[in-house]
Amino acid sequence: MTPQLQVSSDSLLTLGGHTFASRLIVGTGKYESYEIMQEALDASGAEVVTVAVRRERLLDKSGRSLFDFIDTDRYTILPNTAGCFTADDAVRVARLGREILQQMANPGQDWVKLEVLGDPQTLLPDPMGTLEACQTLVGDGFRVLCYSTDDPVMAVRLRDAGATSVMPAGSPIGSGRGIANPAAIAILLEMLKDPARGGEPEYPVIVDAGVGAPSDVTTAMELGADGVLLNTGIAHARDPVQMAKAMKAACEAGYLGFRAGRIPKRMYATASSPWAGLISPIPGE
Amino acid sequence: MRITVNGESIGLEDRYTVWDLIERYHLADRPCAVEINRQLVPKAHHREHRLTEGDEVEIVTLVGGG
Repeated sequence: MTPQLQVSSDSLLTLGGHTFASRLIVGTGKYESYEIMQEALDASGAEVVTVAVRRERLLDKSGRSLFDFIDTDRYTILPNTAGCFTADDAVRVARLGREILQQMANPGQDWVKLEVLGDPQTLLPDPMGTLEACQTLVGDGFRVLCYSTDDPVMAVRLRDAGATSVMPAGSPIGSGRGIANPAAIAILLEMLKDPARGGEPEYPVIVDAGVGAPSDVTTAMELGADGVLLNTGIAHARDPVQMAKAMKAACEAGYLGFRAGRIPKRMYATASSPWAGLISPIPGE
Repeated sequence: MRITVNGESIGLEDRYTVWDLIERYHLADRPCAVEINRQLVPKAHHREHRLTEGDEVEIVTLVGGG
């Protein structure tokens, strides 16, 4: 049932002109402390971390900054437009994020994780606003990594609008419900990656959001995703550092499994030991 | 003149630049970006960009996020 996607000979992830050994992208939000975040980021093996753009707290000058705990020589920073509900606001936030990363001379200055939300409760993306903002940002020279629903046609529209990567949600942000509709992700991957369907095998698709357990990461990677982006699944685990290690292993397991090519599912058993040479009778034969 | 910074109304003397504002809040060494009336003002222009009455200024930074 699962479409057979072409396996790239290169095990590195090429995303928006950058190349990474790790296929796990992790967020930096919701940690109990900066110290735990720092340790969890290290344990995850991630080379890309996401950040958000927010008002500077003008009265708290002594406060510690996120970047006291993130080595910007080690990590490529992926700024997001989280919390934006219109295309215009997402474009503003993307430009502000770029301005800051340019000052830091971080390689992430040319890209953005575009989120245009349609509903505050589900945090589901607004497809129309996302498409509009994607077009504007691509025209403004950004490499746009588009947070999207798992709708395959929407993914094609975003790709056609110039998105560097489409990042379908496994399930709603922070819900921990995993890959709610694996068939949709599989079809989306087929439409974006299978040359017979107008796709490009190297076009990167990152499953973003909804991961609760390591097995969710593995599922996404086994389906043929190029990577997984998660935050809450690590940050709110009882032991974030242990969970970061688990997510790293899960990502590698799923990726290797995809490359190795799983067996098809069958209704009935196929014996692993030979029938020939049995010393006992087989019922019904 | 009065302007709004991150949603707060403040009074300033005339001829105040974006750079003066950055220094007022001790942000000169911190990664931040400035938008005035919804338009980004690049850092290279902070020293010459004068604020005017009623400006709505946003000063933002990067924080933890997913």
